[in-house]
Amino acid sequence: MSSSSYELGRDVRPSDLTFYYLLKGLAWGLVLLLLAMVGVIFALSWEALSHFGPGFFFDPSWDSWREQFGALTFIYGTLVTSLIALILAVPVSLAVALFLNELAPSWLARPLGFFVEMLAAIPSIVYGLWGLFVLAPFLRDHVQPPLGQYLGFLPLFQGPPMGVGMLAAGVILAIMIIPTIASISREVFRSVPATLREAALGLGATRWEMLRLAVLKASVSGIVGAVVLGLGRALGETMAVTMVIGNRPQIDWSLFESGQTMASILANQYAEADSSLHLSALTAVGFTLFVVSLAINSLARWIIWRMQRVN
Amino acid sequence: MELIAVKKLEAWFGVFQALKDINLSIQENEVVALIGPSGCGKSTFVRCLNRLHEEVPGARVAGEVWLDGRNIYAPGVDPVGVRRGVGMVFQKPNPFPGMSIYENVAVGLRLGGVSKRTVLDEKVEQALVRAALWGEVKEILKRPGTSLSGGQQQRLCIARALAVEPPVILMDEPTSALDPISTAKIEELIQELKTKVTVVIVTHNMQQAARVSDKTAFFLLGELVEYGATEEIFTRPAQEATERYITGRFG
Ligand SMILES: Nc1ncnc2c1ncn2[C@@H]1O[C@H](COP(=O)(O)OP(=O)(O)O)[C@@H](O)[C@H]1O
Ligand SMILES: [Mg+2]
Repeated sequence: MSSSSYELGRDVRPSDLTFYYLLKGLAWGLVLLLLAMVGVIFALSWEALSHFGPGFFFDPSWDSWREQFGALTFIYGTLVTSLIALILAVPVSLAVALFLNELAPSWLARPLGFFVEMLAAIPSIVYGLWGLFVLAPFLRDHVQPPLGQYLGFLPLFQGPPMGVGMLAAGVILAIMIIPTIASISREVFRSVPATLREAALGLGATRWEMLRLAVLKASVSGIVGAVVLGLGRALGETMAVTMVIGNRPQIDWSLFESGQTMASILANQYAEADSSLHLSALTAVGFTLFVVSLAINSLARWIIWRMQRVN
Repeated sequence: MELIAVKKLEAWFGVFQALKDINLSIQENEVVALIGPSGCGKSTFVRCLNRLHEEVPGARVAGEVWLDGRNIYAPGVDPVGVRRGVGMVFQKPNPFPGMSIYENVAVGLRLGGVSKRTVLDEKVEQALVRAALWGEVKEILKRPGTSLSGGQQQRLCIARALAVEPPVILMDEPTSALDPISTAKIEELIQELKTKVTVVIVTHNMQQAARVSDKTAFFLLGELVEYGATEEIFTRPAQEATERYITGRFG
């Protein structure tokens, strides 16, 4: 997209001018609001950041009794749960999008597509409740035992099956971001020109080969965009994760273990932090979450920009 | 020798009949031009020759198309196999994005199961040479196909179609999106191609039809009005409608 500036002509109407400045003011207002928010969060974090120094980001301890705080545990928790979510959600979302767009007859594609998009409208507390009462016991009884049995040689799948924990959080996040990734991917696939599909079919591609050659290849940058939006949602998701992750600030290789994300530690402790250093450390975790999200989004934008330039 | 024989071909989009009782025969190594006002069914006709028409939802075909002695609409014939043996070039150049120049040409060979590097290299070069593009791209084979100019992209698409050495190549207004110089290059190319392949080309440009083709078919409202040697059609058309169209006194 190219940014274009609205050229004000010679004899412009006063009402147009008012409108122009109103919109311009609103746009700048949003930028200022963002900067102000970052500024306030940074100021509130300053006590902890200056007290612990850069070590704050690499320190796994979180001890309000001894007032020793570090963000590493939560950075780890956020990244790992989001990664699990992506690993599960991306293939499923792409498969759903391809099926709905390319294979399903329209009498089936419409209701199914609507249903997938409705998943995005479910409040996250409802996901959390479902996760706690349905998903976690299901994982504990039917998923984690076989995982431990067959893949238990990996440190990821060791220890007693407990249901709640990092795996449950990752699975819940996956379900929550599938509608985002799937519906954007559908738009991306739809925007592939018919001439490309015909080029592939004309060469004697089967349906699947046509999808691979014409649709998927042409959609890579769009899919990256869809995945990043999903990732953005996963990184910041709070309520549902807090309810199923077990809420123990620890770094453990096993995905069966409890953990804590940046968002979930904030939800858990913000109301009960009583020392100002504790409060500031929590804010610093929030600040870190903001920076991580921003960094990942920028990275993705950069990837998309580069790929579009190559093509 | 007769390469294509179309018998009683009819085509529909849903309930709309786009082609009515088309009968025509095409000899080996001929260039056949299809002309006619837009909407008369030229694209539909060429797309019936490689079974692409049926990919449009609701589209249907009846009749026979004999290609190399085989009716491609006989029951049990796999349309994918038919399309592998027929090249097609479209109105707008459509190289695959995210694929290099080399890969764009190799794609048909790969679909056909060729994977040996030496074979691919040789056939890709051959196809690019035949499409008169080799000299311009031999140093930049790894660049994206979409990085070429419009005219080069169209020749890339011709190379892509030629790579599997099909006996027939269908072209649907291949130059209508190109500038005059690129158009001239492609017309020249068609002349050279016809020593080895049969070309069926749709064009709305009468001069182009006259320049490149041996035979011309005039379509009107889904019917084949007249078919014969290009010279005849353009100098002594048998039908009044044909004459009106080629002299520009149409509609
Ligand atoms: N996808 C489609 N659905 C319905 N009708 C179509 C479709 N494509 C073409 N037609 C109709 O079929 C007729 C022939 O179209 P076409 O073969 O594309 O004509 P031409 O290539 O000669 O301009 C036209 O009347 C057109 O409106
Ligand atoms: Mg057409």
